[in-house]
Amino acid sequence: MDKIRKITKMSLFLPIFSMILIMLINVVYDIHCGNAPLNFFMISVKNGVLYGRLIDVLNRGSEVAILAVGMTLVVSASAGTDISVGSVMSLAGGMCCMLLAGYGVTNVNEYNVPLLVGIGAGILIACLCGLFNGFLVAYMNIQPMVATLILWSAGRAIGLLLCNSNIVYVRVDSFKLLGAYVGIIPTPIIVAAVCIAVAAAVLKFTSLGMYIQSVGINKKASRIAGLNSAKIILMCYVICGLCAGIAGIVATSRIYSADTNNIGLNMELDAILAVALGGNSLGGGKFNLAGSIIGAYTIQAITTTLYALGVSSAQAPVFKAIVVILIVVIQSGPVKDFFKKYSSKRRAAA
Amino acid sequence: MKRKLVCAIIGMTMAASLLAGCGGSSDTAATDETAAEEEGAEEEAPSGDVITVGYAQVGHESDWRMANTQNYYDVFSAENGYDLQLIDCDNDNAAQIEAVRSFIQQELDYIVIAPIETAGWDTVLQEAEDAGIPVIIADREIDADNYDAWVGTNTVNEGITAGNWLGEYLDGADANILVIEGSVGASATLGRTEGFDSVLAEHPEWTKIDQQSGDFTQSGGQEVMESFIKSYEGQFNVVVCQNDNEAYGAMDAMDAAGITYGVDGDVIIISFDATHDGLQYTLDGKINCDVECNPIQAETVAEVIQLMAAGEEYPESTLVDDEAFVAPGIESAYATTMTQEILDGRAY
Repeated sequence: MDKIRKITKMSLFLPIFSMILIMLINVVYDIHCGNAPLNFFMISVKNGVLYGRLIDVLNRGSEVAILAVGMTLVVSASAGTDISVGSVMSLAGGMCCMLLAGYGVTNVNEYNVPLLVGIGAGILIACLCGLFNGFLVAYMNIQPMVATLILWSAGRAIGLLLCNSNIVYVRVDSFKLLGAYVGIIPTPIIVAAVCIAVAAAVLKFTSLGMYIQSVGINKKASRIAGLNSAKIILMCYVICGLCAGIAGIVATSRIYSADTNNIGLNMELDAILAVALGGNSLGGGKFNLAGSIIGAYTIQAITTTLYALGVSSAQAPVFKAIVVILIVVIQSGPVKDFFKKYSSKRRAAA
Repeated sequence: MKRKLVCAIIGMTMAASLLAGCGGSSDTAATDETAAEEEGAEEEAPSGDVITVGYAQVGHESDWRMANTQNYYDVFSAENGYDLQLIDCDNDNAAQIEAVRSFIQQELDYIVIAPIETAGWDTVLQEAEDAGIPVIIADREIDADNYDAWVGTNTVNEGITAGNWLGEYLDGADANILVIEGSVGASATLGRTEGFDSVLAEHPEWTKIDQQSGDFTQSGGQEVMESFIKSYEGQFNVVVCQNDNEAYGAMDAMDAAGITYGVDGDVIIISFDATHDGLQYTLDGKINCDVECNPIQAETVAEVIQLMAAGEEYPESTLVDDEAFVAPGIESAYATTMTQEILDGRAY
């Protein structure tokens, strides 16, 4: 009993619990249809690559997971959200493809500049976007949503300008690699894993995480305590831009083209939702990176589940909303308090 | 005291800026107007019969739309005796209505609208009617009826063409069909689904297994196809994608899973739009049938305008011809067999 209480008190319990709950829907559905109960979790190697719904969730959820890393830090440090990440993704992809194909060219079979220059420029421009957002928030004291609203609308537009409003295709195998497979593993999974690992390592082995939380809890007090609050907030936005850049390049590589109108469309909302589903407060301060990552994959698990269930596209958003409401309510304060009271009553009775 | 002073200063600055703002804007507006008038006068004076046309374009969201825009620039050129004002409304309904209003204010001769939304047009069309400017609705349909002519394609017909071709190609064989539809609620999605389903209903040997939205994008097509493969592995032999971008995505997903498609493969792919890349895939035998949604509509619009200008009778609605293209090696009564010459000869 004590052990169970200990587990349920862990901060990651609820996010993980919600994710398992969603996957259980699939088990029920598979049993109902007469399939193997664990159909959803089956992983096999087919055509030389990993194959299975779980792999799809990990693969398709990569972009949001990468974005969630940066978004968590931004939310924690500045008590606001960066709503420009989706547009910045598109801009990074557009910049990369524009350089690789050459301006005004829409379809190439070989690079115009070396691959690394293209990817580097894409990520660099994303970091610059982060720097811009961070400057406005940290030094100009503009509210995060207003500050990032600028690039939310302008980022995609600049991307379109770079690509001359066309979809730019780069049909070279090495460019497709980032969105395809390395060995048997989908590359986006590896990219996401590396991003998460680096972020986790930095937070674990340096005091950056503590600084960010301290700035998020009280900016003024942190400054008086000797932290350069503005610099730390700026850094969070740059990291968020970097993450958006990486996610943008992955999304671009998947379709070997810069579809600037659609890459990262509405993905800022998924990233914010991931942070919230992970049990983090959008009011800033304490954060849990692992929670956000689990939140990101939970969102993808919902989408994949809806496909698996064959829910029609018109109804899917409603189902998604219901699931999200449930998860958020389960994690809310009053519900938690209710269960705490309930269990302590039972203990008292026993 | 200090505070009062600050308040007074702020108040004064605000008032001043307000005045300056008003003055400035009305000034510029006035100069703009006179400039526009002068320009118009200069341009119209020498030739005398330049026809001014305003085109409120949807946006630039796809290759198809870009081709459509280019087509208008080519047809309504200065050499052909037109002065075209094309406003790209970037999929913003309000911006489009504003664009039409500005055309009315500039007293253009004709207004062409490719409507973003079907509803909400009555007021602005009434304004155009009051100003005596003929309005031609292009490409899509609207809920109002106070416009003068309609020119466009019929997405239901496209669906029917696709279905007819499949019926002819399969010749009575079973079909298990997966559909990757476009954006939910888009007129192209509804029309193509309706047309294809009407043919489906005539074929008891055909089954539609599932239909999901790929949002008209390549990554959407990829994701939906990945999921379809897992759900219905080995159970389907036809994939209908409601635009070319979705078809590219579906092909990517099938490549990854080792499923063969196209003329020599296990799965028949039907796509819509017939963009340049889509037809290249058709020529390569990867897409079996690509049904065109013709963006070359400006000639037809120009014909209607010429009839209006001459004061002759003009058709109230004109359908632009759509075509379908099939991969080399397939002969069809409903479609043209694809060749390199056709691809090279395409305008877009």
